[in-house]
Amino acid sequence: MSDGAAAAKWSRRLVLALLLAPALLWLLTLIILPHADLAVLSFRERVAPREYAPSLAQYRTFFGEPLYWHVFVRTALLSAIATLVTLLLAFPIAWIIAKLARGRTSALLFVVCLIPFWVSETVRTLGWMILLRESGVLPAILVHLGITAQPVELLYHDATILVGLVYTSLLFMVVPLVGSLESLDNSLIEAAYDLGGKGWSILRTIVIPHAAPGITAGCIVVFMLTLGNYLTPTLLGGKNSQWFTEQIYTQFITRFNWEQGAAFGFLLLALSTAMVWLGLKLSGQRFSDVMRRV
Amino acid sequence: MSAAGTSAPGAVGTPTPGAAPDLEVRAVTKRFAAHAAVNAVSFSVPRGSFFSILGPSGCGKTTLLRMIAGFIQPDEGAIAIGGRDMANVPPNRRPVNMVFQHLALFPMMSVGENVAFGLARRGVGRAERQQRAEAMLERVGLAGAAPKRTDELSGGQRQRVAIARSMVLEPTLLLLDEPLGALDLKLREHMKVELKQLQSAFGTTFVYITHDQSEALVLSDRVGVMSHGRFEQLGTPQELYYAPTTAFVAGFVGANNRLTGTVRAVEGALIEIDAGEGWRVRVRAHAAPLGIGTAAQAFIRPEAMTLARTPAELPPGQSANSGEVTDMLFDGANSAVLLREAQSRRELRIALPQTGAFADLRPGARICFGFDPERAIGFAAA
Repeated sequence: MSDGAAAAKWSRRLVLALLLAPALLWLLTLIILPHADLAVLSFRERVAPREYAPSLAQYRTFFGEPLYWHVFVRTALLSAIATLVTLLLAFPIAWIIAKLARGRTSALLFVVCLIPFWVSETVRTLGWMILLRESGVLPAILVHLGITAQPVELLYHDATILVGLVYTSLLFMVVPLVGSLESLDNSLIEAAYDLGGKGWSILRTIVIPHAAPGITAGCIVVFMLTLGNYLTPTLLGGKNSQWFTEQIYTQFITRFNWEQGAAFGFLLLALSTAMVWLGLKLSGQRFSDVMRRV
Repeated sequence: MSAAGTSAPGAVGTPTPGAAPDLEVRAVTKRFAAHAAVNAVSFSVPRGSFFSILGPSGCGKTTLLRMIAGFIQPDEGAIAIGGRDMANVPPNRRPVNMVFQHLALFPMMSVGENVAFGLARRGVGRAERQQRAEAMLERVGLAGAAPKRTDELSGGQRQRVAIARSMVLEPTLLLLDEPLGALDLKLREHMKVELKQLQSAFGTTFVYITHDQSEALVLSDRVGVMSHGRFEQLGTPQELYYAPTTAFVAGFVGANNRLTGTVRAVEGALIEIDAGEGWRVRVRAHAAPLGIGTAAQAFIRPEAMTLARTPAELPPGQSANSGEVTDMLFDGANSAVLLREAQSRRELRIALPQTGAFADLRPGARICFGFDPERAIGFAAA
């Protein structure tokens, strides 16, 4: 009898191990191993051809060269602004999907948010370029309407980068927001209204506290995606984009300085971790609660 | 606005003479597409009384309550609260507060913050609203509960918080949307008594909606029985129980035996109905006597019938009927016997006397029964 029980226990463990194997393999080979290697790379310095010594030189370069940490701070700030703008835009959309639209309309609105993702990010961004470049659609319309005398170049501004980033991120904010707003009992809103609440006070005291995990989840996802985005800032911002991922790319590919690139990668990882931690602290949320919303 | 002139028929409670009733609903109609959810309903509720709207689900009572609260605008008619017309007044400006079906306590706030919510919206200062919230919690028997989370409370305590949250705003009218529905039976019985006591302690006018006739009867000064968007009858619980004016009310309020048949004879206010296979029952006709040959339905309450071993034991004046016991339903003070009348084979429910005299009856036993025709009531068939 106990033999059978032991065998059953082992077979259960085996099944569990097999089920988890692909995920663990993915985690090990694609996340942990490369990062371990990058960590080793970032903490060494080339002293002679094919000769390396452990050193903090890569990180020292980052803090010593103003261009690097300017770009770093700029990337962080623009990502934060993009996240905020995405939140402000996504909230009314999520509210309409979760609370006002019914059945088919609600599903349709969701699909409308999803449609941009049916084409690749490159094509989507090129679409923006067709619209915004000097010989593009929007400048032509502005001239036609007499708003500007000459076609203006709308690409290669910070605002253009923001537009592209917000557009790319919208869905990732809408989904967790819809989830958390749908779970808000309408009678709570009615009760608040009945007790004398008005639009803004109900939003502040009932809706936002209830949706806080969803808001935080959306912000974390969007911030991380934006911070790590390469294509959108490069294409829409051009040479002036000065996005930190570009610096990493340059180090790895152009300069062939893997040590410096690895150090930059780790700095970006540290930044996103710090911002997530800060966001959780400021909003008083727990990471496990928030991640359930994603 | 002629709110002061109209007075409800048979109003109970002690309304201030000449004062406007706290709630006056005049010919209010609400349609959803072609369907009239509330159809020309009128009633008024005097100050300090407990009014219930009783009806099966889907009868329009929730729509009516939501119109009083201001969440829905009536298509026709007018609603006046405290003598003031409420047309175009939004819920947050009405002197009315509502206890929601599932209470709708704010889970993101403590009990004290819940109670202080309305005061904060009115701009009452932090110290004062905290003190008033605590005083209100004390009045509902929850002293010291202010810092607790709402999910730390029992069902009954949550209910009291919901009432305190509304009452702290001193509304003219408190609306209650089946607040006992989610509670288990034992707690519901307890909360019924507590609600009644809270209402008399506060002296606020309560408008309560329920599908549970026992809640309506126990709690209310007056009850409006609603069906298909209309008020079937408006009266005291006693009037509804002993003198229903429609067949719906007779069947819906309290347990009743319903017999259908054709009117065979008319003697003054009494009619004789053939309730099947020639079994004649004599009942009091409601309103105008029904003519011979018309289809009728009779209602006889289980406790209006007397059981006897032999016809001679029946009270004088009651015609003897007999039947065969099919089941004994023991339920303490509400115990009853189910029997089949010998002639018509109709099933009847008769209350067992408290003396335990017939406790030894077994299925299959033959028994006599009778009833006072004055306590049975006949209506035209629906």
